[in-house]
Amino acid sequence: MDSILAFVSPGILSQILVGLSRTVILFIVASGLSLILGVLRIPNVAHGSLYMIGAFMAYTVSHLFGGGTAGFWAALVIAPLGVAAVSFVAERSLFQFLYEREHLMLLLLTFAMSLVFGDLVKLIWGAEYRSVPVPAHFQGYINLFGGLPFPIYSFFLLVMGPVIAVLLWLLTNKTKIGKISRAAAVDREMVGAVGINVSWVFAIVFVIGCLLAGLGGVLVAPTVSVTLGMDHTLIIEAFLIVIIGGLGNVWGALLGALIFGLTQSLGILIWPQFGIVFPYMAVVIVLVFRPTGLLKSTW
Amino acid sequence: MLDVKGIDTYYGLSHILFDVTLKVGAGEVVGLLGRNGAGKSTTMKSIMGIVPPRKGTVTFNGENVTGGKPFMLFRKGIGYVPDDRRVFADLCVDDNLDIVHQRSKEWDKERVYDLFPALREIKARRAGHLSGGEQQMLTIARALMGSPDLLLLDEPTEGLAPLIVRDLEQQISKLRDAGISILLSEQNVRSALKMISRAYVIDNGRIRFEGTVEELEANEEVKKKYLMV
Repeated sequence: MDSILAFVSPGILSQILVGLSRTVILFIVASGLSLILGVLRIPNVAHGSLYMIGAFMAYTVSHLFGGGTAGFWAALVIAPLGVAAVSFVAERSLFQFLYEREHLMLLLLTFAMSLVFGDLVKLIWGAEYRSVPVPAHFQGYINLFGGLPFPIYSFFLLVMGPVIAVLLWLLTNKTKIGKISRAAAVDREMVGAVGINVSWVFAIVFVIGCLLAGLGGVLVAPTVSVTLGMDHTLIIEAFLIVIIGGLGNVWGALLGALIFGLTQSLGILIWPQFGIVFPYMAVVIVLVFRPTGLLKSTW
Repeated sequence: MLDVKGIDTYYGLSHILFDVTLKVGAGEVVGLLGRNGAGKSTTMKSIMGIVPPRKGTVTFNGENVTGGKPFMLFRKGIGYVPDDRRVFADLCVDDNLDIVHQRSKEWDKERVYDLFPALREIKARRAGHLSGGEQQMLTIARALMGSPDLLLLDEPTEGLAPLIVRDLEQQISKLRDAGISILLSEQNVRSALKMISRAYVIDNGRIRFEGTVEELEANEEVKKKYLMV
């Protein structure tokens, strides 16, 4: 393992790994957005709000459970389910009536929803910064490749990424609801004409997509300060990731998140003042050559 | 079994069907014949609730199902095979059949594959990669998975090679023998006449003729005017 460090400087390697752990968050949130975009055809601007709500719920749950290690694990389970419940109510009461509307209307409506969610969060949690502690056994550093200190929590994120990706693959390819949703993404009318209640399929897919947003919010919570407005930057990034990956393609979301996360972390290394520009440049370059995204879009 | 009474159907502002009335009895294969654009597909879609009629009623097995959601109509026992096939291209043949709502065990994958042995051999292949004839078999197989009492077959032989058309005619006859009622729309009158016992001729959204196959064969005027035979 020493050999890797001989070729790449430890600084670059650790920057890449940090970039990858950021990629995991982006992938989890963007894959949910992509799922909803592919199956329901809703460009859900309020997706970022559910990520933010997930982070705030993580704060509340972890404090209810004493703020320590138990609090974190409880939050990891309960907060995404809480977000799923919120999204279920939103879908049944509002979104289900809008699937046939044109996309501009949906953009405006979901943008309005994001403002409503933002104000609700302000009402419930207030405008202060909140923080979720890193659980005790994830604090500190481990030595990767025999001498590269790397935050354990980031390492945990690196493990979660593939786990979620495999679960998503199983969901879309091996379960009946996954197969139905793939069929509905292409021809929802015909899915109805073989006896499937498409409305409930959409509700389930919407809730799963939002649950992923919530999960992303919970996972990011210990690494950032949980605050109002954390939804805005993320939703833009998530949309760009989904667009460069191919609309509705979950693997595109993975690829897009990798490109976005890595260019961001390496950009900081190359040109610190302008590091934030690099992922956007990558997006432009991808779209110049592949206007419909890197992988097959379902649109 | 199926009783359509005086339905009027619109696409947006355009009036497509005018006072269409037709009946399909139990175990009967009834033809809905007419030229391209005559209103055959719209009639099918109106019955299935995909384009709900604005006037008139659709009664199925004694129950008024007018304007019901397509998935409810399927669960009541109406199978729909659209003219443009619409297989679920991303899924393999097996999955196309697996996701269908099964309302009884009467038809399952084994029985469907026995009817279409060619499909069994390609069951792992993606539906989007199948030939036209295979896709047509798959759409019929898919509708059968719901154990329908009535099949709406919209131009099943359209665009298929003569040899495949002949196979399909035999399979449709087998379905009739299995006791499934069929409403079969066709431009290809010669092919349709082999399978049906009664026919409706539709033109410009209106039913122009109804009668038995013999009556239709004898009526040169209707054949010339509406069917181009």
